[in-house]
Amino acid sequence: MNPARLRFVAPIVGLLALTTARAAWAEEDVLSAGDTAWMLTSSALVLLMTLPGLALFYGGLVRSKNILSVLMQCLISAGLMGVLWIIAGYSLAFGEGNAFIGDLSMLGLSGITPDSLSGTIPTYVFVMFQGMFAIITPALMIGAFAERMRFGPYLLFIAIWLFAVYIPLAHMVWGGGYIGASVGALDFAGGLVVHMSSGYSALVLAMMLGPRRGYGKEPMPPHSLPLAVIGTALLWVGWFGFNAGSELAADGTAGLAFLTTNTAAATCVLVWVAIEWLHRGKPTVLGGATAAVAGLVAITPACAFVSPLGSIGVGAGAAVICYLAVTVLKPAAGYDDSLDVFGVHGIGGTWGAIATGLFIADFALPEGMTWGSQLAAQLQSVVITAIFAPTVTAVIVFAMRAAFGDLRVSHEQEFEGLDLAEHSETAYTS
Amino acid sequence: MKLIEAIIKPFKVDDVRNALSEIGVQGLTVTEAKGFGRQKGHTELYRGAEYVVDLVPKMKLEIVVPDDLLERAIEAISTAASTGKIGDGKIFVLPVADSIRIRTGERGDASL
Repeated sequence: MNPARLRFVAPIVGLLALTTARAAWAEEDVLSAGDTAWMLTSSALVLLMTLPGLALFYGGLVRSKNILSVLMQCLISAGLMGVLWIIAGYSLAFGEGNAFIGDLSMLGLSGITPDSLSGTIPTYVFVMFQGMFAIITPALMIGAFAERMRFGPYLLFIAIWLFAVYIPLAHMVWGGGYIGASVGALDFAGGLVVHMSSGYSALVLAMMLGPRRGYGKEPMPPHSLPLAVIGTALLWVGWFGFNAGSELAADGTAGLAFLTTNTAAATCVLVWVAIEWLHRGKPTVLGGATAAVAGLVAITPACAFVSPLGSIGVGAGAAVICYLAVTVLKPAAGYDDSLDVFGVHGIGGTWGAIATGLFIADFALPEGMTWGSQLAAQLQSVVITAIFAPTVTAVIVFAMRAAFGDLRVSHEQEFEGLDLAEHSETAYTS
Repeated sequence: MKLIEAIIKPFKVDDVRNALSEIGVQGLTVTEAKGFGRQKGHTELYRGAEYVVDLVPKMKLEIVVPDDLLERAIEAISTAASTGKIGDGKIFVLPVADSIRIRTGERGDASL
């Protein structure tokens, strides 16, 4: 049923606008209890990725004086995005609108009732499933500017970013807009919309904020790898809702997406750990955890379009490319992407979007497309996203700096830690 | 009276304590310490970023002994703390002017 999440939305807009057409539409849309049950479950699984998955993953990787700030940034993303999505986000992403953004026809979810259907599931369930994506995507960026950004500017930034970057991309790819409908690129669960958008934007923000004080001179090792590994495990589990849920139905394609998701993550862990073992002499736990996330990111756009063996290729490629990005590219370029959001999500998402074309299975090729033309469409979508997301982010950050001054905490506050400076709390007492 | 300050490997604390008990030492003070000497630290690896941890964890023992027990105490510590590898630690000996047991007010060797 996916690609084209819009297929479920467009009829609803029509249904609501033209009540006279109700009978005609009603014949097409019949509620499936099985699909609905799976999508309710998937929606909850996607929230599990942010709370507590991502929060623990990032929280464990920062120094002990900053863990609360990271947990709070994840928590407040669920709060802020959870409200903005209902008020205007959903309508702007999935309303009919134009090729680049939706409209305000469903402001406050007006016109949607418990009887409204998106395909075979209630529209309310579709709204909430998509809302969970809107919660996690801004939160993914936290890792890049962790340990130095003020809380107030963070809130404002993710609120503006949701409307200026995420929603236009979601509309262009899934809402019947330019990238999905005109370019013809495939992005099953968000390689472009979620991972590339957050990864590239996060890099820009990290570079504009500047590195943490002491970066490159003093050690900044993770303060709790056990928390980071628990977070990784929860991300892996939640990702089944993210990817297999993006089918919007409990069917064979959802089964394929579930299987390829696990296979790609498994392959990536295996290959990454092998590379690290050979290259640095020790297989590290953090390497394995990073690999799991990189593999999951890479398979996200491709999960319903590649064969099980294809997903091994996607996962293996992610291991090589993301390993190089994290251990070679970052030190060489010198930017301080604290927790490797760009290296894992930006680069992993880029690889996944391209790999969707490289490894596409015959059964997944849309009508009229060849392997070559699909790969070209994928490359085009990558270039658009890689330009659009960071450019708009840079504009947002420039504007915020002009309006509010420095977006970082002071030198002294950074030294004592954001937990105390920004929240008047400490995580660990002894 | 002499103060023996011994910097030793953490896993040797129990051995040293037992060896000192055997020769009649009645008490000692242990502090967790970090430092460097000829022993190199270790490296930690996080996503390819290597951190050299050059302050090595050690235990610092402080023991005050009567002069006639000094050589045997040094012998006991040296034997018990030795592994023969770099990083076994050091022993310092300092003179002590006096010693007082707070509970009874005893002074000198009698208070040890």
